[in-house]
Order: sequence, then structure tokens, then C-alpha cells
Amino acid sequence: MSSTATDVVVTGLGATTPLGGDVASTWEALLAGRSGVSRITDDWVKEFPAQLVARLTDDPVGRLDRVKARRLDRSQQVAVVAAQEAWESSGAADAGAAPERVAVVFGTGIGGALTLLGQDDVLEEKGPKRVSPFTIPMLMPNGPAAAVGLAIGAKGGVHAPVSACASGAEAIRWGLDLLRFDRADVVLVGGAEACVHPLPMAGFAAMRAMSTRNDEPERASRPFDKARDGFVLGEGAGALVLERAGSARARGATIHARLAGAGATADGYDLVAPHPEGEGAGRAIGAALRDAGLSPSDVGHVNAHATSTPVGDTAEAAAIRSAIGEHVLVTATKSQTGHLLGAAGALESIFTVLALRDQVVPATANLDDPDDDAAVQALDIVRHGPRTASFSAAVNDSFGFGGHNIALVFTTT
Amino acid sequence: MSREDIQSGLAEILEEVAGVAPADATPEKSFTEDLDVDSLSMVEIATAVEDKFGVAIPDDELGNIKTVGDAINYIEKNQ
Repeated sequence: MSSTATDVVVTGLGATTPLGGDVASTWEALLAGRSGVSRITDDWVKEFPAQLVARLTDDPVGRLDRVKARRLDRSQQVAVVAAQEAWESSGAADAGAAPERVAVVFGTGIGGALTLLGQDDVLEEKGPKRVSPFTIPMLMPNGPAAAVGLAIGAKGGVHAPVSACASGAEAIRWGLDLLRFDRADVVLVGGAEACVHPLPMAGFAAMRAMSTRNDEPERASRPFDKARDGFVLGEGAGALVLERAGSARARGATIHARLAGAGATADGYDLVAPHPEGEGAGRAIGAALRDAGLSPSDVGHVNAHATSTPVGDTAEAAAIRSAIGEHVLVTATKSQTGHLLGAAGALESIFTVLALRDQVVPATANLDDPDDDAAVQALDIVRHGPRTASFSAAVNDSFGFGGHNIALVFTTT
Repeated sequence: MSREDIQSGLAEILEEVAGVAPADATPEKSFTEDLDVDSLSMVEIATAVEDKFGVAIPDDELGNIKTVGDAINYIEKNQ
């Protein structure tokens, strides 16, 4: 597809995930079908019904200045690691991007929970005078965005959308708007999450949202499968560099894909439960396609939000079927990465971009027996290994508690 | 504890909290001017000093500690 000078394109990618410490190793592990899920062995987990987690392969502290790292919450550390990879790979700094025209939009679902809970322990055990002076900047939900802004020297505005598990995708949508409105020339967008701790685990487990397939960690996250029983909590970050096609081409940047459109809706249905027919999700996809000037038949691939919860996956299948149709190749990469909450939309947008680039759709792992649901049965969900295909447009869905729905459309350039 | 022991203990804290090379933690150095230690890090350093040397540093005293030597003097006097 041809693009115009004001179109928005992706010129940098960065990630640190349960599959690898950067984009290349993560993508390779994804296509190889590897799982990032393991069983927690810490003592505290013994009484927990759900004991699975998708941990980072690489400790972010080893990739950062030691003194800076100790003043950052883990959610900020992973954000900075992913952002640095994206920023360096884009070459925008070398090309002389003016700091006043560089913006950051970086979301998180939970924020600095490890700091909040850790410092609460300090408060209880040692009293208020022992609470770290860095507690607030480490726990605030704009912490990852602020840390990324400092790391890349962005002075054109730093923003932090918070919409639970849609936060990373929402950041990408905000970035698209900033460029369309000429508020910035380069925008680094993404999402970060790192909240593996007893309290969030207990909270999600109390909602009956997490898989309890503790004896088979790698088979626990199984979106669209009949035997799915919840998600697996993951940690990590994804980052993308966006800019207008005209300036990207002028500086000779590598253009990975075009961010052609975005759609955002709210269910208006329930604080937690998705609309059973995915009404709001379908409207988000429809809005994103209209924004991109595409019709449903143009879309060849969907990276689904599909977290492996019983209700969410069928609602999304219904939304994809009604808003796009039955021809698209669908995948649910959380089957291997786990659910990175506020980072999920950013990481899965990276996967969507790479699927377009390589013309391959990663498989949905553990989809042994697709749900009997009519929409799940009707969709072509890629399984038993990646599938090569020819497609020029792909959609990434992200949804969050609160009824937030974001759909993003990426195309080849 | 001798002044030398206090200086080396303080240097360990400065390295851990603020990344100051131990050789740079000499008495004439100003925390903010020479060692690039910001106000939040000074609070962390004060807490670490209290733990390591068993010396309480009230906030109004912390404001008077400008140099590594000031800190050594304070610790020596109050230990």
C-alpha cells in the first residue's frame, strides 16, 4: 500500500519479555513455539490457587546504570530497557531529532506495585522514617513514562495513559494522534508492567481470572481452547518509535510498517466483565478500519487480545467475526508470553508489525481443542506452528478492565 | 570508631546509594557541588548512616551537613 508524507510509520522497536531480552530474540522464540511460563517456587505461593508466572528472561538491572536502576521501580526499569532498544534502533537521535519535538506516551496497568508493597512492608516493620525518599516517583503510574522520557531526553511532552490491559495499545493510539496533530515529530510509545508479587496475584486469583493448571506451566495459557481456565501473569515491556512517513523517509530511516489507524471505544456494560458478544470490541475494530480507510476484506491477520479466560476469548471471537469476518488469520500470542497487562498492547503491536514484515502469522500455542463457541469455530485461528501468508493489513486488539477497547491497524508501506 | 573507619564506612554508603567512587569521598568534597548527590539521595544516605553508625540525624542537622568532612565530624561527635 502506498503512503503519504503525513502518514505515521513505525521506525523503531524494542522489547524485554518472558521470551527474550530484546525484539529479535523474543520474535525468534515466539516463532519457535517456546513458552515463557513457569511455576513459582517461592514459599509464599504455597497457599495460592494460581502459581504460574511468565518471568523476564533477562534481569533489567543488568542493562541499566546500577545507581539509576536502584531508583527505578521494576516497571520503570523494563520500560527504559525496551525504550532504549527502540530509540537506538530508530536512529532518530543520530538524525538530530530536536528534543522539544520528541514526545513519549508510555502506559502501565498497575504501575509501581512492587515499590508500593515493598515500602509498605518497610513502613510496618521499621516506621515512616525508613520509607525510601524515592517511593513516590517509583510507584506513580506515570513513572515508566517519566523514566523513558528522561532516558531518551524527550522534552515535547510525556504522557501516561492508564486503561488496565489496554494501556500499551492506548499509548500507541495517543502517539498516532500527537503526530497527526503535529504536536511532535517523533513519539516513543509503549507499555510496561512488572507486578509479580503476592498481592496482585491474590487479587487476580480471587477474581478467578488466573489459570490454576499449576502442574503444566507451559500448557496453562491456552486462548480459545476448550480447556482454558484463565490467564498467566507476565512481566516486561514493549516500545515503538513513531514518526511521519515524510520525515522518516527523508532521513533514510528503516520503516517497519505503517500505523494506519486506531479505534477506541468503551463497553458501557460492566466494570470487569466484557460484553458477551464483544459489542464494544467490535466497534473499536470497525472504528480503526474506518480511520485507516480500509474495509474488512483488506485485513489479513489479527493479533487477538485473547488472554485465555473463558468469557473474554469468546467475546473477542464474536467481535472479530462480526467486525472483520472469517477470512482473517487470528493468533493469540499470550499463549506463549503470558499476559503482560499494560505492556500487552505494545508487545503485541510489535508482533503485528513483525508479522507484516515477515509475512508470517505466529501460532496460538496449546490450542488443542478449539472452543465449541460458534465464533471460535468459524475463525481461522493459526495453530500447530506459524503460517506464512500474503497480507498487507493487520489488526491488534487490546482490552482492559473498565471496558476499555483499543484496536490498531498496521499496514505494509 | 576512628575517623578513618568512619570515612571508609561513609564511602561505602556513598558508593552504594549514589555511585560515588570511594577515592572521591574525601572530607573536603561537597555532596551536592562535587559528588552530584541530590536531595533525595541525601535522605537515603542519612538513613544508611543512622543504620550503620547508630547515629540519629534530625532533619535540621541534615541541612548543616554540606561536605563529607561535615558528615564525618557529625558521626564522630554523636556516636
